[in-house]
Amino acid sequence: MAKPLLMGAVAYAPKVVTIWEGFKEYFRRHDFEFDYMLYSNYERQVEAQLDGSIDLAWNSPLAWVRAERMARAHGLEARALAMRDSDRDLCSVLVVRSDSRVATTGELTALAGQMIGFGALDSPQANLIPRDHLRAQGLLAGRDYTARRFDELGGKHGDHIGGERAAALALMAGEIDAAWMIDGNYLAFAREGILPAGATRIVARSGSYDHCNFTSICGISAASDEMVVRFTELLLAMNWQDAQVRPLLELEGLKAWLPGRTSGYDLLIRAVDDEKFYDAEGNILATDYRY
Amino acid sequence: MPPIIDIENLGLDAGAHLLIKYGLGAIPPGGELRVVGSSPGWEVQLAAWCRAQGHGMSMQQQDGHPVATVIRGAADAGRWHDAAHAGHGDAALPGAVADQALSCWGLAARGATVEAGAPDIHFRLDRKDEVWADTAAVLYAQAVAAQWNPATAIDWNEPFDLPAAVEDAVAQLMTYLIENEAAALVVPARFLGQVHPHFREIQALLAIQVADEARHIEVFTRRLRLKGREPALSTAGGQASLKTLLDEPDFSVAGFLLSVLGEGTFVSLLNFLHLHAPDPVTRQIARLTARDEARHVAFGMSHLLWRLQQEPQFRTRLANAVQSRNDALANTAGLNEEVFDALILIAAGEFTPQAIAAGYVRVQQLIADMAEGRRVRLERLGFDKEAALHLAALHTRNFM
Repeated sequence: MAKPLLMGAVAYAPKVVTIWEGFKEYFRRHDFEFDYMLYSNYERQVEAQLDGSIDLAWNSPLAWVRAERMARAHGLEARALAMRDSDRDLCSVLVVRSDSRVATTGELTALAGQMIGFGALDSPQANLIPRDHLRAQGLLAGRDYTARRFDELGGKHGDHIGGERAAALALMAGEIDAAWMIDGNYLAFAREGILPAGATRIVARSGSYDHCNFTSICGISAASDEMVVRFTELLLAMNWQDAQVRPLLELEGLKAWLPGRTSGYDLLIRAVDDEKFYDAEGNILATDYRY
Repeated sequence: MPPIIDIENLGLDAGAHLLIKYGLGAIPPGGELRVVGSSPGWEVQLAAWCRAQGHGMSMQQQDGHPVATVIRGAADAGRWHDAAHAGHGDAALPGAVADQALSCWGLAARGATVEAGAPDIHFRLDRKDEVWADTAAVLYAQAVAAQWNPATAIDWNEPFDLPAAVEDAVAQLMTYLIENEAAALVVPARFLGQVHPHFREIQALLAIQVADEARHIEVFTRRLRLKGREPALSTAGGQASLKTLLDEPDFSVAGFLLSVLGEGTFVSLLNFLHLHAPDPVTRQIARLTARDEARHVAFGMSHLLWRLQQEPQFRTRLANAVQSRNDALANTAGLNEEVFDALILIAAGEFTPQAIAAGYVRVQQLIADMAEGRRVRLERLGFDKEAALHLAALHTRNFM
């Protein structure tokens, strides 16, 4: 048997095993040997990719930022091979109860003195980008508003949406005045009934940003370029109309794979710097980060 | 100019996606739909929804107001690529009921569009010729309309007092009836879970047949206990006879032995009790249960007539089944002697030589009537007179 292309992924939920076992079978059906290694957190996964333990990684946007910085610090180049159609142009929304004093359009200064709920410390969508957004509007945690963090499963970079859900529940329970969440989760929490129809309003939205990607780092993995190219080809060929493939795409939350792009991470890069999460070499700066 | 819809102040957190979905349904993949709205943050909600659904979206300003352009993606239609169509809901339409129901149709309603990749659910009885009867829907409707409530349909308080020996005989007969109805419940119940749901009329009819038998067991038990008696005797021969019904794996053969021959014979028995039972409660019970049993017989007949029309040689298999059952029971005692005696006493109504003589004659007549009923039904199934007489006589002495 040929040496398989080894991918790292983070086990943020039990379904992760189902997903990658399914992908393994898909690749094998196409005569391509593929295997995966699960990590409990993205920090260890990024480090593993840099030491050559894995050939590529299914990275969160924050993991991409770190991998890119660490690769550059080693004189290497990280590449985003592919991403989901649903990874492009996301945004985060700040949600208040309908009766909030914060107006739907206009200044966020009305948030002054209020308690705002954020997701996990390492969540790009529910903590880093939202804090950066408020900072850009002149609002700083501790000075202009009180931040309450709903920290769940550190190291998963917010993939586990438990923090956002807990914040939404706290918002409706009146424990906090506003909550940040990813736009898609706002609709999901409405469907679940956590946010009753008409009971909330969106008062701010971040700029658009991209989410996960398959990351490879040239010159460090033992896998040949041909293998990486073949992997990408097979991935992009996964067809929603194919009944064998569709359940995997549904589990992973996409309709089609798209070529990777790196133009959608600027907002997060700024947030990482402003919030002092990683330094320019990818070292972790956040002192209260547990993973 | 693409079509435009106004979701007004309805957010996508409150159901606006339905309006957009409906609008997109009218245009082909790749086509455009304009959306305007006024609920706070509707644009960002729409963007999230489109991303999740695989539709493209862009925003423009028109006269100072935001207008979204949604480009219908291929994912919603793509899901139904290679979908299976499982017949038609109305069995009367041509081609509605498939000769072979597919395992990939699973539990889907007949006529539904079933997504490719749905799990295979295997039902042993998946061929129309194995189970079908054109009258099933009508018989089911009749069964539903004819359901009765044991608590109110029978006057349990109507006063009567039988001689102790006759009441004992009633208890013995009820013990026998309960045992037989247990078999009549278990046999269709076992097939019920094996019939492909595509044949939903058959599934429904079997289900209500099972419910009928449960009710019969209830009323026979209640009559047995009415005067404080305990269940009486259950014989090895009686149970051996019933076990042959439970052991029959073929739906048609089991229906033939149980419904056409067994329950058909029971209709005669229950009619006999309706006429000759010594107390009003037993007579009422017999009338109501006989009506249900007659429906079960009608389904058995209807299915077999249908099957024999498709497969005339199946008649030989039916004849062999009666013969085999007779052979299998050759070494058993047949009808419980206690039951036979109980019937005489019940028909006599009192414990005197004259009454017993009359009861005896009536039971002899009953047994002749039962055999004659079987012969008539066998002839209706296409057996010639001689074969029908022969097979009618081979039927188990246990009646069921």
